[in-house]
Amino acid sequence: MSGPLLEVKGLKKSYGAIRAVGGVSFQVMPGEIFGVIGPNGSGKTTMFNSVLGQIEPDAGEIHLNGQNITGLSPLQLNQRGVGRTFQTLQVFGKMSVRDNLIVAAQEHRGTMWSRMFAPGDSGLGAKADELIDLFGIRHVADKPAGSLSYGQQKLVDIAMAFMSEPALVLLDEPCAGVNPSLVGGISTLLKQLNQQSGVGKRASSFVVIEHNMDFVMDLCHRIMVMVEGEVMAIGTPDEIRANKQVLAAYLGS
Amino acid sequence: MKKQSAIIFTSVALLALLVAPHFLKSYGVYLLTYWLVFILAAMGLNLTVGYAGQKSLGHAAFFGIGAYTVAIMMKAGFSFWLGLPAAAAICFVTGILVGFPALRVQTIYLAFATLGFNTAAWLVMRNEEQYTGGTFGINNIARPELFGLSLDGALAYYYFTLGVTIVFGLLLFGLLRSPWGKAFTALRDNPIRAESLGVDVRNYTLLSFAIGAVYAGVAGALFASLVQFIDPAPFGVGQSIMMYLMVVIGGPGYFFGPVVGAAVGVVLPEWLRFAQDWYLFVFGSAVVLLMIWLPDGLLSIPDRIRARRESREASAARAAAVTAAAANAGKGSGA
Amino acid sequence: MADFFQLLFSGLATGSIYALAALGFTLLWQASGTINFAQGEFVMLPAFAMLAFASFGMPMPLSFFLTIVLAIAVLGWAFKRGIVDPLFRYGMMQIVVATIGLSIAMRNGVRLTGAEAHPFPSLFADRIYNIAGVTVTQSDIGTLVLAMLLVIGTQAFLARTITGRAMQAVAQNTESASVLGINVPRMIFYTFAINAILACAAALLVTPVYLAKFDMGESLGTKAFFAAVIGGFNNSRGALLGGLIVGVGENLAAAYVSAAYKDAVALALFMVVILFKPQGLLGRKEERKV
Repeated sequence: MSGPLLEVKGLKKSYGAIRAVGGVSFQVMPGEIFGVIGPNGSGKTTMFNSVLGQIEPDAGEIHLNGQNITGLSPLQLNQRGVGRTFQTLQVFGKMSVRDNLIVAAQEHRGTMWSRMFAPGDSGLGAKADELIDLFGIRHVADKPAGSLSYGQQKLVDIAMAFMSEPALVLLDEPCAGVNPSLVGGISTLLKQLNQQSGVGKRASSFVVIEHNMDFVMDLCHRIMVMVEGEVMAIGTPDEIRANKQVLAAYLGS
Repeated sequence: MKKQSAIIFTSVALLALLVAPHFLKSYGVYLLTYWLVFILAAMGLNLTVGYAGQKSLGHAAFFGIGAYTVAIMMKAGFSFWLGLPAAAAICFVTGILVGFPALRVQTIYLAFATLGFNTAAWLVMRNEEQYTGGTFGINNIARPELFGLSLDGALAYYYFTLGVTIVFGLLLFGLLRSPWGKAFTALRDNPIRAESLGVDVRNYTLLSFAIGAVYAGVAGALFASLVQFIDPAPFGVGQSIMMYLMVVIGGPGYFFGPVVGAAVGVVLPEWLRFAQDWYLFVFGSAVVLLMIWLPDGLLSIPDRIRARRESREASAARAAAVTAAAANAGKGSGA
Repeated sequence: MADFFQLLFSGLATGSIYALAALGFTLLWQASGTINFAQGEFVMLPAFAMLAFASFGMPMPLSFFLTIVLAIAVLGWAFKRGIVDPLFRYGMMQIVVATIGLSIAMRNGVRLTGAEAHPFPSLFADRIYNIAGVTVTQSDIGTLVLAMLLVIGTQAFLARTITGRAMQAVAQNTESASVLGINVPRMIFYTFAINAILACAAALLVTPVYLAKFDMGESLGTKAFFAAVIGGFNNSRGALLGGLIVGVGENLAAAYVSAAYKDAVALALFMVVILFKPQGLLGRKEERKV
């Protein structure tokens, strides 16, 4: 049995007198879908941004495959196989959907110098088409991403995170603002990607922040509940559902 | 379809550029050469501003650095063919240095910073008389020879400039088609997202400045030999702003935008010199109107028409679908 | 030492004019995100308007008043409705480009009527005072006092009156201001109107020195712009500080460093501020938005 893919140990972050995250530890195993839930202001996003190198934690360590990645920049993290999506839409509006997908992985091919002479699609055309078909966005593949509907852009956004076959993907509210009828589809897609994607087609791991409880319970293997910057519980969906403390603090009210 | 028409358009334009000078007097040939020089400079700025989204208001400084490098080196007895690569190299390095502010500040702050750089460069050109001749400038700059052929004549120098412009145009075209082009566009559209996808924002930002600066430097070198006299005047902040306007008027991020922009920005006013005040008045007003009606520049017109047609077709299709549905419903209730 | 104080004082007088132009610049930015590259021309046009009214035989106070009315209509209302409002949704750089176009059009439009410099009557007598060995002109004193009064008056208006506070609320957060029932478009218009009035005042003070010429706005606009950035262009007090720094800095530099590089002092300061404190000396920091 191999060790955890992602390990967060004693993560702390305060803003002045306000403690956003106070000593959070958890592990994500290879191939696991790990959900993070909690009320607004519970420190989910701060935790997420610390792991992703957007902000520097006050204390604690973050390890990826046993290597310390604390304090690395988003760029360095991506180069080590960490992909992400954003809470708000973040596509390249003027590029076509297909180019959005290609640019999402091209920097993992060759060197800066060799890319100057590489073909326009960096040899990623087939991979992009594969994801375009999987996400059902073939009919808009050549349109500028900025001209699509919100739901379609969200799909493009998610697909981009998987183009470089990352070992770990952090998804920040993948269902936020999406039409409820599409939520089931996203869940199915993520399950498929969990099995198919990843380096050398090994299953990849996800960390998912989401408010939609049905979605999280259905998708995730394990769930961490955060309240006021602390971990209240970590367990399988069934364990979380049965946890009286969680029910009282979060689900119950 | 779009590709074909682009190829046809480009070939016709090239043919016209090859033949045109034979029907023009030497002033006409001079103007055409002048145009090419500014196309080359604006192409570089289009990379920095239009593709990579770095709001640079200091491009004329690179243009000036290129011109002064060649002029000073030629006065010191070096060949133009040594001066040209030196101009390009100096601009490349300066471009990287000027790019650093862009890593700290963006949009209008970056525009301010580059504008400041331009003012500083201009002050040096004006004040360091022992090198630049100050406001008196440097005159009698010679034109080069190529393989023993003198490029002294207006026509010969025109074809030389055309050749350089085409070569650099093709290089830029190739660069923009390579993964670099997508990386620059990603940087422009959303730098934070780009970084999270492995795009090295720092390298691409600096290189977008450096490569753009090389184009300006080469253009400046050609300019020095074309006009054969340089002083600090054409390399000030006003020229930078004009170059920025050329890119914006033509259409930032459109490959041929600088061709149109340079025509409107320098060739027309030069040609209409007798009515220059009127021209600039109309030009300024036109820029205001263009921003209001066509914020993406003149070359966005075809895209606009296409978008409008598509939305009209889409609404027509919707209307047809509604009518058909209504007709079906009518049949259904009738049966 | 007397030299130094003399330079300092005349620098303050020039700087206070820069501050007037810079103040309008920062107000526009705060209220509507407009960076006005035609700010110098907004000073040049009223100067010509006053001369035009005066040429019809009107007394100076009347032509100043009429110019203010005209400026509010043209540089305030028409500028806002015709250029800023339609471009607002495209973003800041489009407004920047449009105001660059506007400045070119205004400068060359005026040039069509003639490229010569016209003398302009000064508000102040040609008197020189000697205070403790320092010679100062009445015009320097008058300019400084009047400009400072205008800047402080504008500040007081913004801080003390209901309208002024509503304008500040709009500048800080347009959405919550409109939720609170503030008439946002009107408040933004008031800002444009104040900018126009300040420009007229700056014209009145600066033109006797610079003379009325089509390109007089060019260097004034640049200085105002440097001043606004140095002081912090999301802070109106910053405009005052920035204006005085630029005015004093260039005066002292011309005397003690090098006349050829006198503009470089303001420039150097400007570059340092841009790179290390882009929000300006007194400005608030704007968060980078994800």
